Amino acid sequence: MAKEVLVFAEQRDGALKKVSFEMVTTGRKLADQMGGECAAVLVGDGVEGIAAELGKYGADKVFVVEDAKLKNYAPDLYAQAVAEVAKDAKILLGGASAMGKDLLPRVAARLETAMASDCVKFDLDGDALLSFRPVFAGKAFVTIKVTGSPQIATGRPKVFPAEENAKAGAVEKVSVSLGDAKAVLKETKIEAGDRVDLTEADIIVSGGRGMKGPDEYKILEELVDALGATATVGASRAAVDAGWRPHGDQVGQTGKTVSPSLYIAAGISGAIQHLAGMGSSKYIVAINKDPDAPIFSKADYGIVEDLFKVVPEITSEVKKLLAE
Amino acid sequence: MNVAVIMKQVPDTEALIKVAPDGSGYVKEGVKFVMNPYDEFGVEEALKNKESAGAKEVTIVSMGSERAVEAIRTGLAMGADKGVLLKIGENEYTDAFGVAKALAEELKGGDYKIIYCGKQAIDDDMAQVGPMVAQLLDIPCVNVVTSVELSGDKAVCTREIEGGKEIFEVSLPAVIACQKGLNEPRYASLPGIMKAKKKPLDIKDVKLEGAKSEIAKWEMPPERPAGRIIEGDDPAAKAAELVKALREEAKVI
Repeated sequence: MAKEVLVFAEQRDGALKKVSFEMVTTGRKLADQMGGECAAVLVGDGVEGIAAELGKYGADKVFVVEDAKLKNYAPDLYAQAVAEVAKDAKILLGGASAMGKDLLPRVAARLETAMASDCVKFDLDGDALLSFRPVFAGKAFVTIKVTGSPQIATGRPKVFPAEENAKAGAVEKVSVSLGDAKAVLKETKIEAGDRVDLTEADIIVSGGRGMKGPDEYKILEELVDALGATATVGASRAAVDAGWRPHGDQVGQTGKTVSPSLYIAAGISGAIQHLAGMGSSKYIVAINKDPDAPIFSKADYGIVEDLFKVVPEITSEVKKLLAE
Repeated sequence: MNVAVIMKQVPDTEALIKVAPDGSGYVKEGVKFVMNPYDEFGVEEALKNKESAGAKEVTIVSMGSERAVEAIRTGLAMGADKGVLLKIGENEYTDAFGVAKALAEELKGGDYKIIYCGKQAIDDDMAQVGPMVAQLLDIPCVNVVTSVELSGDKAVCTREIEGGKEIFEVSLPAVIACQKGLNEPRYASLPGIMKAKKKPLDIKDVKLEGAKSEIAKWEMPPERPAGRIIEGDDPAAKAAELVKALREEAKVI
């Protein structure tokens, strides 16, 4: 079968990641424009049962590579399996998740082609994929055209819609003869707490130098709790460097680049590297005592006020609203 | 055991980036260039290996224009032993695959037990070179690493994933792509800076193979329209007004 567009479908512990549906939906649209087919490749052990879910989002066919050696993520073996299926595809897409960012460059090197990472928009110029992506964490944007084959790109999670599609896919098993993994996953630790990761959150409440200390983040956590399960806490570099928050919470050019629906920046002045990392948020709220803080120039809504006075009030307003 | 660090010179995080009017690139004049911050963690980890894990020599390998010599000297001043610059012209372009090929070719002959690099360069944000080099050398790579424990010919590395961590064991040689949190990079001391001037720095001209991708266009990000300041008599009134706006106008809560 022709594979105009192939999508790497990421699963962990037998559950497909949402970004995989986003990329299948995106791949489907590109394949329709090209007048071709959209397929997905699913790698793991005992994962055939979830393959049909990808069909719902528009995959004409799902290639399943199953092997006991693929139970856990093994970068070199996954790369071998995906490259085997992808070698005659025109386009290979994947999510710019922790796995996708690690795996697809290996696949590209295996197939001697280039790729575009962490894209936020795709277009076609004939059969050539145009990938639109931020550089300098969003201080500028570039359009990349991969001239090698396949044309590989990863899409940023939460940017592309995941839409169910009437076309349902067939499942085809592919067998790949694998050696032994060079990098062996010993353990996966999912951190305690039920908050979503920054890159997957719909709402981020971030605190900066204005928070004054680690204990004060309690008021941001209370707001996040009120906002619900898709909200989480972030931090500026100043707060992370001061040791108030773990580095995994950092938003900015040397932290995470995020695109939530709502970004609330409390006590963050808006250093250029922070503005770069959160500039693609849909709505930005800035809370700062200093009316001249640069963050206000990026914000859709600004509140000039002491954050310690206004954040608890916002929390109680949100609670009131969501209780209705 | 010898250790290599792949390093790239990039514009400082504080730099304002301006796209050239013809969309062919960004304006480099007036920009301060530094060692890629994620690569600093690689240099620091390599130096720690020298101090406590028996690494003999730390080599910094960089690809870039003549200007990248400054960043290599920074690494030498921190304590690395020697540097290699794979020199290309200021406006010569290749993609991550082209860079990885040239680096892999250089690293192949070096008998390095560990090759450190940053998880990504903060200019192009591609995050590709580490895993590509590992693939081209057919060795393991652990990416986005926040801790490394060495024992004999093995390394146990912790890497960040969404909402948690993965712990990988790899046999050496391996590529380890560093994330913030791995260590605190040291500053170059004044004696270090003096010594760095005398350390070997090999500049090699590289012939670039054809890139497998091109940058069709550079653009500035879309301007955000000016927002509004929420007014009110007291914090409670401002909070109520904000929550109303987020509910009724933005429809995000």
